[in-house]
Amino acid sequence: MSKIKTFGFDTLSLHAGQQPDPATGARATPIYQTASYVFKSPDHAASLFNAERAGHVYSRITNPTTAVLEERISALEGGVGAIATASGQAACHLAIATLLGAGDHIVSSRSLYGGTHNLLEYTLPRFGISTTFVDPRDADAFAAAITPKTRLLFGETLGNPGLEVLNIPAISEVAHAHDLPLMIDSTFTTPYLCQPFALGADIIFHSATKFLSGHGVIIGGLVVDSGGFDWAASGKFPTLTEPYAGFHNMNFVEEFGPAAFITRARKEGIRDFGACMSPTTAFQVLQGMETLPLRMQRHITNTRAIVEFLATHEAVEWVSYPERPDHPDHELAKKLLPKGCGAVFSFGIKGGREAGQRFISRVELLSHLANVGDAKSLVIHPASTTHHRMDAKALAAAGISEGLIRLSVGLEDPDDLVEDLGQALRASQKS
Amino acid sequence: MELETPSGNLFGYTGARAHQSGQGAVVFVHGTGMDHTVWVLPSRYFARHGYNVLALDLPAHGRSQGEPAPTIDAMADAVIEAMATANISSAALVGHSMGSLVALNAAARYPDQARSLALIGSTAPMGVHPDMLRYAADNNHDVIDMLTYWGYSKAAQLGGSETPGLWMAGNTLRLLERAPDNLIHIDLAACKDYDTGLSHAQAVACPTLFILGERDIMTPVRSAKKLISAVAKAQVCVLEGSGHSLMMERPDAVLDALITIV
Repeated sequence: MSKIKTFGFDTLSLHAGQQPDPATGARATPIYQTASYVFKSPDHAASLFNAERAGHVYSRITNPTTAVLEERISALEGGVGAIATASGQAACHLAIATLLGAGDHIVSSRSLYGGTHNLLEYTLPRFGISTTFVDPRDADAFAAAITPKTRLLFGETLGNPGLEVLNIPAISEVAHAHDLPLMIDSTFTTPYLCQPFALGADIIFHSATKFLSGHGVIIGGLVVDSGGFDWAASGKFPTLTEPYAGFHNMNFVEEFGPAAFITRARKEGIRDFGACMSPTTAFQVLQGMETLPLRMQRHITNTRAIVEFLATHEAVEWVSYPERPDHPDHELAKKLLPKGCGAVFSFGIKGGREAGQRFISRVELLSHLANVGDAKSLVIHPASTTHHRMDAKALAAAGISEGLIRLSVGLEDPDDLVEDLGQALRASQKS
Repeated sequence: MELETPSGNLFGYTGARAHQSGQGAVVFVHGTGMDHTVWVLPSRYFARHGYNVLALDLPAHGRSQGEPAPTIDAMADAVIEAMATANISSAALVGHSMGSLVALNAAARYPDQARSLALIGSTAPMGVHPDMLRYAADNNHDVIDMLTYWGYSKAAQLGGSETPGLWMAGNTLRLLERAPDNLIHIDLAACKDYDTGLSHAQAVACPTLFILGERDIMTPVRSAKKLISAVAKAQVCVLEGSGHSLMMERPDAVLDALITIV
């Protein structure tokens, strides 16, 4: 524990990245809804284009409102900088495309959000980037899958759908022993529950659509740079250590030191791929982040209440949540996620696919949809929705039983959630 | 630019442009535990505007090799050696914090090499908090926290970076964490032990600009008054609201001030 008093997490959630608006004194972060910015002179323009002065040129690359959000997530994660993107998928792609090219290889946890799995399994191979998927609980499997072409290790703080707790310290040790960075999708936990940089990760991305914003009104993503990985010593990342012809032969490690990765991602990736976040979206994410600590506390207390209710319900076969002693990662969760294991979890309903469908059709307060991390409670039955084409065998191979129900617990009165779940469970058992 | 000097193989960042004969020069000297990356913006500016730029990594800092220079005198000697190796006969010397003492020292002892002088976040003598020295001697991370957070104004500790998306405190922490063991202690001790700053200031003949932060608690404006009054051709630019890490907090204002003296 440092002896230096610094601003705490709650304060940073409210203030980081923002000073009262110098033009108007506005206390709230203004929405700078502008595509571009007037130059003071031809030389001022040239100095901005040549990275001689700080400032804004074009809102695809930087924007004052978006910059506040980028600083805020950097502060909360303990990084050096961030880029806000059009979605979490865009953040994941931006990070990968900044570091990897054709012929390179990723070792990834196999327990992933479906969109990420699609990107790694099907889309990136078309661009020459391959991925080996391994058991997230097996750090040795990560090590064994590394090849001379490997450039990135990747996993989620909490896997999907099994909520495997990623042993970030162990896997980062594997990564760093091979001079490789570890990237983490920290969407389910947010920096309130887990700060992966402090555990050894090097890059984080978020779907800001989820708990960070909390209101379910935007699509957005964030990629954050720890600034701690030594790209030069690794010798495996020419995009950062060799002159970049696309920006006047800029050498990112030489010129930007700890901020090399995030600067390259901005000078190249967000400029050329263009999947930026709009300033209005950034404003909306910021409104959510102001209450992140309070919301996450309530998400956790509500989730614990629901887990306890379901665990003893006669219509429920099992509940998978890492705080439960029967979860395989219970001990690791106590160590890495002491504040809680998030608000998304699964349970198995007795009666399989049909019972699951009856349950879903009877919930009234919970919303049946394909999202998580909303302030409102959400529910989905994968066997009859996202995975409806799969038979029981295929579902089992994906780690999904026919009766699996996934909940994203919101901020309602827990008694109201229990009541709604209870009546839907009773109805599910009546054929 | 790699420089083979008597102090070791040193690195100097040139602002991404090769030196041209006949151009004026600007030499930047970083502060405790840091390296040339703190100067990237002004380096690129002056390089494009027709100057030969040398943002030097002092011995054992950043990409430079060699043993750490144990005194401000030795650091100034290393700067002069690097300039000679780079064929820079005289330059505008720009230093921040410890680097300002090095630049002051060099301008006093090697007056022919100093065309002008810019001292950013400077004072002399430069007191060093005993806790900082103690933690630095133990390679305790608390010294990095002190240098980082005491180096920013309270407001800047909440961010608001002029460089979009950059978390200033995080960047400073990571930069200082790269310093080899004992280096920060050697730098801080050199600052504390430099007791000829005022006499050196009296020997400085070139135009000198002080760029100071109004909210700097490490080298407060009031503590710089003796030093300022000792310099014959001194100008002062106080940046409202800024702490000690002026190049991070107010990069544009620092550059605008430097343009007047370089």
